[in-house]
Amino acid sequence: MLSDQDRIFTNLYGLHDAGLTGARSRGDWDNTAALIAKGREAIIEEIKTSGLRGRGGAGFPTGLKWSFMPKEIGERPHYLVVNADESEPGSCKDRDILRHDPHKLIEGCLVASFAMGAHACYVYVRGEYYNEAAALQRAVDEAYAAGLIGKNASGSGWDFDLYVHRGAGAYICGEETALIESLEGKKGMPRLKPPFPAAMGLYGCPTTVNNVESIAVTPTILRRGAAWFSALGRPKNAGTKLFSISGHVNKPCNVEEELGIPLRELIDHYCGGVRGGWDNLLAVIPGGSSVPMIPKSVCDTILMDFDSLRDVKSGLGTAAVIVMDKSTDPIKAIARLAQFYKHESCGQCTPCREGTGWMKRVMDRMVTGRAEIAEIDVLEQVTRQIEGHTICALGDAAAWPIQGLIKNFRPLMEERILAYKASKSTPKMAAE
Amino acid sequence: MTELSAPDRTEPTSFVFDNESNAAIAVAVAKYPAGKQASAVLPLLDIVQRQMARHTGSAWVPLVSMDAIAERLDMPPIRVYEIATFYLMFNTKPIGRVHLQVCGTTPCWLRGSDEVAKACRDFTGIKGYGETSEDGLFTLTEVECLGGCVNAPILQVDDDYYEDMNGERTLALLEALRRGERPSRGSTIGRANSAPEGGPMTLLTTPAE
Repeated sequence: MLSDQDRIFTNLYGLHDAGLTGARSRGDWDNTAALIAKGREAIIEEIKTSGLRGRGGAGFPTGLKWSFMPKEIGERPHYLVVNADESEPGSCKDRDILRHDPHKLIEGCLVASFAMGAHACYVYVRGEYYNEAAALQRAVDEAYAAGLIGKNASGSGWDFDLYVHRGAGAYICGEETALIESLEGKKGMPRLKPPFPAAMGLYGCPTTVNNVESIAVTPTILRRGAAWFSALGRPKNAGTKLFSISGHVNKPCNVEEELGIPLRELIDHYCGGVRGGWDNLLAVIPGGSSVPMIPKSVCDTILMDFDSLRDVKSGLGTAAVIVMDKSTDPIKAIARLAQFYKHESCGQCTPCREGTGWMKRVMDRMVTGRAEIAEIDVLEQVTRQIEGHTICALGDAAAWPIQGLIKNFRPLMEERILAYKASKSTPKMAAE
Repeated sequence: MTELSAPDRTEPTSFVFDNESNAAIAVAVAKYPAGKQASAVLPLLDIVQRQMARHTGSAWVPLVSMDAIAERLDMPPIRVYEIATFYLMFNTKPIGRVHLQVCGTTPCWLRGSDEVAKACRDFTGIKGYGETSEDGLFTLTEVECLGGCVNAPILQVDDDYYEDMNGERTLALLEALRRGERPSRGSTIGRANSAPEGGPMTLLTTPAE
């Protein structure tokens, strides 16, 4: 189990001063110029060696992503864009960084921007996080006033500007190219790739989009060393991670733990267990709404990291653990997610625009059982026709929860349909 | 109680940015490179919505204000219209003085968001989402995941999240809102933000301060 000494987000719960004085007392902004003096190549190498994988869901190696930016700064400026459009159902970890540890993020923005040759960084905060964006802006103002960012940031010789940009309520803007479109003042509709943002991103310039947590952990990694970070967690799944555990646990919370912690330990130790005890567990969505659910039999032994969850055909995603006990109607739980994806589809690609609406309508009928048993297979086939046939991953994200439901709860879906048929046929028979 | 009178919900025929808005616009536009001022369209729509709330009691974005934004940012009006309708947070019709936004997505639903929504309907007399109460005070909207799932269920009132709700505490909050009060935001059961109920299990060694 992770010791407090190895925790990065030491003000996760906001029990201490989130301002500059408090942040400094927790080790932030400690000789940042020395981190920058390591040089661009050395910083990227250190992050690569640490094994840090992106914390926004896909788990792509962060250092490698940074290395895709052009080595030389040409006519077009480079940009770092931080994705704080946290909207994945179940996920609420970046919120705590923005409001309680904003200086870790700002310092990370400076260091990462320098490593990628960017003089400017935009932090795109979801619009509903009004108070969180205000907290971040206060910290940005403090950092400017103290000379930590701005001209000759932290005395490093690097000029660096950071801007907070608020979104306005669109889940799709968490997709990196939709986020860029939105930042340019357009509808958040994802772009075709290639060109990738590192070649042509914000305003057509080389851009890297990173998750809040990925950026906020980098100063600590550089200070304590790649070896420290990579020794935590499991091979290829290095480091600590913020977990959000919601749903049917006794004490839902956010907590920072090592990657690879057993799910059961996460729930029993930190969340006071499943409501009604472990045996009352039905299923868990382990990584935010977009990943398929896992049944209790898998939950018993599963480790919470990218590769372990991929091996059981689910995913770590944003490490947002949604727990459902046996009182849950899993069909309704997934139907509500189908409604979410229908609502959030940007409408650009036909399979997603039409498919999410179709899936929602069929799922609503599955909840009451007003369907034919053969339709379960039709539904499964439609999810396969949406998955992988759209510009961005929202189509996949809409398909996977339903696939997970059918895989784990097909007998329940069939039972529901038969029960509905029986309830409808009884009065007729009685009348005869 | 003039404070709680029904907002003015008529369609204006003209729109002029007030001083507070102009100051906010200057800050917003300065964030983007020269020639890229269209990036400020989301901030400007937000600024307009806040100005409307200040002047009329209803936070919304009338068509004439979109034209004013288009002119200010030197972009075609249709671009502003399509953005105002794409993003959920812009109200293109007048709303009540207080905007109740119930999250009904699965993590909140698992923790009882149906109860929160029912309390809102019962208290305000609103039948369905998107409607405004007869006295013009409350508009009820269902929103998708607010990103505060470990404090579910959440009721967002204008800019603020009220967390760890249930039916009873929702009614108490609504009564306070009707009296013109604004209880402090955050957990309604006294939790420290996202820490587990009863106190943190981690970060028990106090950092040097």
